[in-house]
Amino acid sequence: MKILVCISKTPDTTSKIAFKNNNAQFEDAGVQWIINPYDEWYTLVKAIELKEKDPSVILHLITVGGADCDAIIRKALALGGDEAIRVDTESDDSYVIASQIAAVAKEGNYDLIFTGKETIDYNGSAIGGMLAAKLQVPYLSLATQFELNGSEAKVTREIEGGEEVDAVTLPAVISCQKGMAEQRIPNMRGIMAARTKPLKVVPPVAIEALTHIVAYELPPAKAGVKLVPADDVATLVKLLHEEAKVI
Amino acid sequence: MSVLIFIDQSEGHLKKASFEAAAYGAAVAKQMNTNALALVLGNVADGLTQLGNYGISKVYQIQKDIFNHVDAQVFATVITNVVKQVDASIVIFSHTQTGKAVAPGVAVQLKAGLVTGACALPQNDNGFVVKKTVFSGKAFALVNITSPIKVITLNPNSFGIQMITENATVEALEVTVPNATIQVVATNKVSGEVPLSEADIVVSGGRGLKGPENWGMIEDLAHVLHAATACSRPVADAHWRPHHEHVGQTGVQIAPNLYIAIGISGAIQHLAGVNRSKTIVVINKDPEAPFFKAADYGIVGDAFEVVPKLTAAIKEMQSK
Ligand SMILES: Cc1cc2nc3c(=O)[nH]c(=O)nc-3n(C[C@H](O)[C@H](O)[C@H](O)COP(=O)(O)OP(=O)(O)OC[C@H]3O[C@@H](n4cnc5c(N)ncnc54)[C@H](O)[C@@H]3O)c2cc1C
Repeated sequence: MKILVCISKTPDTTSKIAFKNNNAQFEDAGVQWIINPYDEWYTLVKAIELKEKDPSVILHLITVGGADCDAIIRKALALGGDEAIRVDTESDDSYVIASQIAAVAKEGNYDLIFTGKETIDYNGSAIGGMLAAKLQVPYLSLATQFELNGSEAKVTREIEGGEEVDAVTLPAVISCQKGMAEQRIPNMRGIMAARTKPLKVVPPVAIEALTHIVAYELPPAKAGVKLVPADDVATLVKLLHEEAKVI
Repeated sequence: MSVLIFIDQSEGHLKKASFEAAAYGAAVAKQMNTNALALVLGNVADGLTQLGNYGISKVYQIQKDIFNHVDAQVFATVITNVVKQVDASIVIFSHTQTGKAVAPGVAVQLKAGLVTGACALPQNDNGFVVKKTVFSGKAFALVNITSPIKVITLNPNSFGIQMITENATVEALEVTVPNATIQVVATNKVSGEVPLSEADIVVSGGRGLKGPENWGMIEDLAHVLHAATACSRPVADAHWRPHHEHVGQTGVQIAPNLYIAIGISGAIQHLAGVNRSKTIVVINKDPEAPFFKAADYGIVGDAFEVVPKLTAAIKEMQSK
């Protein structure tokens, strides 16, 4: 069983969101980078659990990005995994990213590919579905539970207005979210081990981007809160009814 | 050239977000002087002609039992074939569970640029630029799609619908459908309650409510408002409430018309999931709670006193 886990680096959740170069680029000065929480908490940890159950599982991590991703990928390796692959290119187009991962995945003959449901910076929710289409394997999105049985998997996933349990024959691509696993803190042994785990840097395949971010915008500031005294809820109801017109 | 809007259905009923996608797609078609066509997969008996009210001229329907469940690869292949058949150059989905599952596959099969989570009409004066939410609603990105075919998923509750009185024509399409790639073992639909992602009003509780036994008053308030209930992350982590109610950066992101936050401090990760709400009301006993800075209306006070009074006051207003 070979598993590939997609890892993305994102700004820490408390980062100030600001832009530079005429709003064309994210202002990364002073920003702490983390593993995208969906990739770490729910996706990587689930894959590690599968490997703990069956030590013959081969677990590879992959990221697409520049050398500044290495710290993040080492952090991920400190949690678990046998080796990591970094495709050495940067892009803000999900088609390019998915194509790079697909090229590596094809070569590696993985049975299972896990992605987080989205990144907390770009909020794309696109890589998993694109990968599945590129590899022509089933795609199970928004998984909350996952059980492996040989080359079959049972996946519980969020659908419109509820959940669905699906059976699938591997290979498959799964996007993961809350419920799959619980957050773990890397221990000293893991951190030491991660230093010597292989991190392969591979050149990108030639793919033309289909989208380009031209600028960023910040939402307009809120006008400020209107406070209503606690003993006068009738006024709040009136404001919501007549001014905001929401009830 | 035309605009094709994928209309999602569940158990034969059209989804609310789909009407919004239809109206958005029709507005895109108008910008480009072309037709807005809709595609419905599955057995929907009523309401298809009414898509005309949202600006759709023609609805294509493919009725097959395989569409009762969303098999992402099957849907993506069928939709791709229809796009080619009707010569659509823009394909619109709602950014819902189904849209997220299917749109990326369609984009790959058509080698089309994809923008997910769009929140405004495209700007055509310099390329084809779509505005989307990024950083969990804390900012927007303007994305230029350069491929000949373009795929967009629209954030629910982000486009103002203008209805017209027109009927759409409905036409059955015959296409070959690929084999299923997944096998559905069970479905578990939350019935009765208002689903969180579709709710116009959401009443949400945090750790300030002290324990699960105190959620009665949250449910009462939600009930009078026909609202869905939500919660902060620690509340779901402590199993006071089910995980699907967890909103925020690592939970569900919502954009209702009204979000009422009760006993929630307003941590940045929580705000990331709710800051696109049109109106935010905060009830918190701490005047310094950060949530007040993101709120439109607020009450500084004890939730255990304020919430039952609020429910009663709303009931009174409704009875008038
Ligand atoms: C990477 C990361 C991701 C995260 N993702 C999320 C997420 O998706 N969603 C999320 O919610 N959190 C998330 N968090 C956690 C977040 O930082 C906060 O810890 C959490 O939102 C706090 O929940 P809370 O407001 O319910 O509790 P608290 O912060 O404990 O606040 C409780 C509030 O209740 C008020 N209160 C107490 N008693 C009363 C009373 N009787 N009447 C009225 N008010 C009262 C208090 O004044 C206080 O403001 C994340 C954190 C991290 C690090």
